[in-house]
Amino acid sequence: MGKTIAEKILSNRSGQDVKANDIVIADLDFVMGQDGTSPLAIRAFREMEAKGVFDHNRIAMVIDHSAPSPLEGVSELHHQMRSFANEQNIHFYDIGDGVCHQLVPEQGHIVPGNLVIGADSHTCTYGAINVFSTGVGSTDLAAGLISGKLWFKVPETFKFVLNGKLPEGVYSKDLILYLIGDVTADGATYMAAEYVGEAISHLSIEERFTISNMAIEMGAKCGLMEADDKTIEWVKAHTNKEFTPVKADADATYAKVKEYDVSNLGPQIAMPHTVDNVANIGDVSHVQVQQGVIGTCTNGRMEDLRIAAKILKGKKLHKGTRLIVAPASREIMLNAMRENLLEILVEAGAAVVTPGCGPCVGTHNGVPSDGENVISTANRNFKGRMGNNRAFVYLGSPATVAASMITGRITDPREFL
Amino acid sequence: MDLKGSVHKFGDDVNTDYIISGRHKFKTLDMKELAKYVMEDLDPDFYNKVTPGDFIVGGSNFGCGSSREQAPLAIINANISAVIAKSFARIFYRNCINTGLPVIECDTDKIDAGDELEINLQAGVIHNKTKGVDLPITPLPDVMLQILSEGGLVEHFRKNGTFKFD
Ligand code: SF4
Repeated sequence: MGKTIAEKILSNRSGQDVKANDIVIADLDFVMGQDGTSPLAIRAFREMEAKGVFDHNRIAMVIDHSAPSPLEGVSELHHQMRSFANEQNIHFYDIGDGVCHQLVPEQGHIVPGNLVIGADSHTCTYGAINVFSTGVGSTDLAAGLISGKLWFKVPETFKFVLNGKLPEGVYSKDLILYLIGDVTADGATYMAAEYVGEAISHLSIEERFTISNMAIEMGAKCGLMEADDKTIEWVKAHTNKEFTPVKADADATYAKVKEYDVSNLGPQIAMPHTVDNVANIGDVSHVQVQQGVIGTCTNGRMEDLRIAAKILKGKKLHKGTRLIVAPASREIMLNAMRENLLEILVEAGAAVVTPGCGPCVGTHNGVPSDGENVISTANRNFKGRMGNNRAFVYLGSPATVAASMITGRITDPREFL
Repeated sequence: MDLKGSVHKFGDDVNTDYIISGRHKFKTLDMKELAKYVMEDLDPDFYNKVTPGDFIVGGSNFGCGSSREQAPLAIINANISAVIAKSFARIFYRNCINTGLPVIECDTDKIDAGDELEINLQAGVIHNKTKGVDLPITPLPDVMLQILSEGGLVEHFRKNGTFKFD
């Protein structure tokens, strides 16, 4: 009987012939923690009385969520991470290096066919380059740091067949928001999502990351794609490691299959306070916005900054709006400087902040005030997400955020292209 | 393991930002301190309403959102003895088991706020004393039962140095 990508990777890494719902202990290729989760993992690591990590070269810790530290308490936690990284000689990314989910693939730590855990729910991002990667908590992270292993329940797979090609002005962010709105926040709970079809083939790797990044918002354990020529070229540009991509068998068994034609899709918006509360942009174009955010592990890459700069070039932010831009990594920030994108954005009125999570999770860098509306390229709009439970967060593509900054209300970017 | 207490009821899709907000969790590893803010964005007075041993009862997709383990740890430190829901988001579910907080899947439509429950995890049943009905529980996989019965994954690793299941 044929296997899905998830079943194949977990079979390869456990040395057993497994299928959905089996429970296995599997070998990890890479293990990652960020500053919201690593301190507790370090504590668990000590309590587990471990002698050391399984392989210092296959572990990274990243300070991105509150970077630079806004508070004394956070500084202490960052200090613990720096000491641990030093002591164990693992890869370490400090403030300004970027968001963990940008750094892990960008810095060439992972390749197609890998099994990866990260103590952050959006670890599913790397599915876009054919990696079975999933989010775990701090205690699982500690167990992974020590043993290089984790137990997994092999997930069933939900296959999304995406036909057609996204029209001009409509992006992979719009597509994934549409899919989440359609299947809802728990539509793929406990399952692996597999995204296939012509619509995916047309997308760049950067755009694909946005889709896999948000797999968790439909409850999925990972958001897998096959490796095509674009994937292989992208991975080879980032690492010299050898790899063998994993394809699903034609006769693999799927728990669910849904087919879509994306050719007529328009820009989508997730309305407060859940990611599956999705509307066509026309239905919310009356909503005034006070703050825009371009960045995060979902949409803080070069293509995102390019489209925002294209729309905002020579324009000024609407009176009464403000725009925060957080490039997803140092490398992206540098490239954006070289291409003069930051100059265009800053001239338009944007505030550029340290590469990292920016204001995404409400710890610093732009907490909205009571009753304000925010339009953001992030992946979550939960009540209180940006640090104020009396504010309202709308999610859209970078183009939508940029267009909305010109008019001061949620705006279809196609008006400006 | 016998558990007894009364019910604090919540709806579907209770996410980890609601369980413990990011604006609190990044500040400290002191879980007693974090416990004061559990469910704050849904019910600002929640912490003061809990009698030790009480249950949090949700609808479907409980614990969706981030991987923060501060969520189950803050619940434990707020003296909640178990979380009951129709279904759980998987990272939260694992984190509960790993930290030793029982998570129970059952049809929570038959449980209301203030109901008194008695739970026998081994027997796999919830007795709703207030309503006089028994509710069956979806059994946990053996691996999870073992970690939970050992008191969590830290204890499992302290004992075995790695994963070791019977
Ligand atoms: S950018 Fe936001 S969603 Fe992404 S890792 Fe950071 S806090 Fe999480």
